Amino acid sequence: MSQTSAIPPEEIRLGVRGLNFYYGKFHAIKSVTMDVRKNHVTAFIGPSGCGKSTLLRTFNRLHELYPENRTTGQILLDGEDILDRKVDATALRSRIGMVFQKPTPFPMSIYDNVAFGVRLYEKLTQRDMDERVEWALTNAALWNEVKDKLHQNGNGLSGGQQQRLCIARCIAIKPEVILMDEPCSALDPISTARIEELVHEMKKDYTVVIVTHNMQQAARVSDYTAYMYLGELIEFGQTDKIFTKPAQKATEDYITGKFG
Amino acid sequence: MSSVTSSAAAAPVRPDLRKRSAGAVADQIFALTTKGFAFLVFALLLAILASLVVGSWPALSKFGLAFVYTADWDPVGGQFGALVPIYGTLVSSLIAMLIAIPVSFGIAMFLTEMAPGWLKRPLGTAIELLAAIPSIIYGMWGLFVFTPIFSAHIQPFLIDTLGEIPYLGILFQGPPMGIGMLTAGVILAIMVIPFITAVMRDVFELVPTVLKESAYGLGSTTWEVVWKVVLPYTKAGVVGGVMLGLGRALGETMAVTFVIGNTHRLSWSLLAPGSSIASSLANEFTEAVEDIYTSSLIELGLLLFLITTIVLACAKLMLMRLSRAEGTKS
Repeated sequence: MSQTSAIPPEEIRLGVRGLNFYYGKFHAIKSVTMDVRKNHVTAFIGPSGCGKSTLLRTFNRLHELYPENRTTGQILLDGEDILDRKVDATALRSRIGMVFQKPTPFPMSIYDNVAFGVRLYEKLTQRDMDERVEWALTNAALWNEVKDKLHQNGNGLSGGQQQRLCIARCIAIKPEVILMDEPCSALDPISTARIEELVHEMKKDYTVVIVTHNMQQAARVSDYTAYMYLGELIEFGQTDKIFTKPAQKATEDYITGKFG
Repeated sequence: MSSVTSSAAAAPVRPDLRKRSAGAVADQIFALTTKGFAFLVFALLLAILASLVVGSWPALSKFGLAFVYTADWDPVGGQFGALVPIYGTLVSSLIAMLIAIPVSFGIAMFLTEMAPGWLKRPLGTAIELLAAIPSIIYGMWGLFVFTPIFSAHIQPFLIDTLGEIPYLGILFQGPPMGIGMLTAGVILAIMVIPFITAVMRDVFELVPTVLKESAYGLGSTTWEVVWKVVLPYTKAGVVGGVMLGLGRALGETMAVTFVIGNTHRLSWSLLAPGSSIASSLANEFTEAVEDIYTSSLIELGLLLFLITTIVLACAKLMLMRLSRAEGTKS
C-alpha cells in the first residue's frame, strides 16, 4: 500500500492507525492506516462489502450500538484517540456528524429536525435557535425552499430536499468533521448534483469524508481518495493521482471498470 | 373475429376479448363474498346494539338518565342506579393504565433497544405466555396470593402515608381488607401489560434502523432516541396498543370479580370494595328474577359498550390532534 506522507502532520484531522474491525468473528477491516486532511474531501471507494462504510461508521463510533462489533487500533481526532473508552460517544458525535444513505428526517417539523441536535448540546433562546436553524438551512442550500413551511413535517419534502435537511441537521451542531455514507444513493441526478455542489462548498468549513459507489462522484467531489477491497486499504492518495495514474494494478482495474 | 382464428391454423389462438373468462367470474364471486364478510361486521354491531337497547328498555324508560348518576342498587325495592359499577370500572381501569403504560413502555424499550440478543427471544416469549394465561387464573392468584399481601403490607402503608394527605387522602381510607378497587386495578395492570408490551415492541421494531442511527449519530442518548424519535414515529401503534389494553381492562370480568369485593356501596376510597360493570353482570344475572332487575343489568351492558366506544373515539381524536401538532397536515 502506498503511504500518505504527503499530508503535513498539522493538517491531519483524523488519523487512522492500524485499525481492525470485527463483526463477531468476521474480520471486516484489516489494519488500515491513513489520514484525513482538514478542510478537504476524502472519498472511500471500493466494491460492496469492502468495508468502506464500516470504516466510516467507526469514525463516530456508531458501531458501538451493536455489542458484537469490536475494534482494535486507534482513530485520532486532532491527536486524541476517539476509540478510547474514556471518550464520551455523545461528545464525540457533536464534533463528528453523519449523513446516511437514505434521507432520515425525524417525524417532526422541518424546524424541529434542524433544532433536534442543537437542543441536545446547547440551551439557546428562541431567537438564537431561529437564527441557527436559518443558518444551517441556508448552508445546506435549502432555506429558500422551506422558509415558508418550517413548521410542516419534514417527511413532506422531496427526497433531495430531505437529504439536504439531514445535512442541515448535521451542520446545525457545528461539527468539525462530516461523514457521508453514500448520501446520493437514493437520489435522482439533479438532487445528486446539488448535494455534490454542497459538498464542495462544505469543505471550506468542515472536513468531509464521503463513501460512494459512484467513481465519477468520487472524482468530482473529492481531494483524496482511498480505494478499499476486502477490508484492506489498497491505495490512498490525491484523487487526481488515483484516477490518472494509480500505483496499484488493482486500483486501476477497479477504476477502469475491469471489475467491481 | 372468428374467421381470423379459424382460417390461419398456425396463428396463435387469440381469446375472445368480449367473453369473460372463468377466472374473472370467480374473482367477482370472491370479491362479493369478502364484501359480505366485511359488512357482516356492521350487521353484528348493529344487532348487538339493538338487542341491548331493546333489552334495557324497561330500565331506560323507568330510571332515565338517573340510572347513570344514582348509586342505589336495591333489587328488593326495584331501584337501580349504576354509579357504583361505572365508578368501579373506570377507576380500576385507570389504575391499571397508570401502572401498565409506563411498565410496558419500559419493557418494550428494553427489549428493542437494550436487551442483548440472547435475552430478547426468551423475554419476548415469556411476555406472550403471560398474555395467554386465562383470566380466571389471574383472579384466583389475585385472591389467594395478592390480597393477603395487600391487606397485610401495602394497604396499611398507603393508609398511613397517602391517607394522611388532605383531599388526596380520601382515596386511601378505610380498613385494609385486601380486596377492593386498587387490588383489582393492580391485577388488571398485570393482565394488560403483556398486551401493551407486545404491541409496543412490535411497532418499535418497525422503526428503520437508519432513523435511530441518525438520532444516535447526532449524539442522542438511548432515552432521547426512544422518547423523541421512536415514540413519535410509532405513536399510532402505541396508542393502538394502549387502547387494546384499556379495552381489555374495561371489559375484564373474571379476575376483577375475584378481587374487587362485589358490593354496591359507594365509596371514593380505592381500598374499599366496589364493583365493576362486568363483575356485576357476572355475579347477578343468575339472581335477577324480576324484569326490571334483568333490564337494569342489560342497561349496564349497554353502558359498558358505550364507554368502550367513547374511549375508542377519544383515542382517534387524540391521534388526529397529535398529527396536527406535528405538522403532518400540510
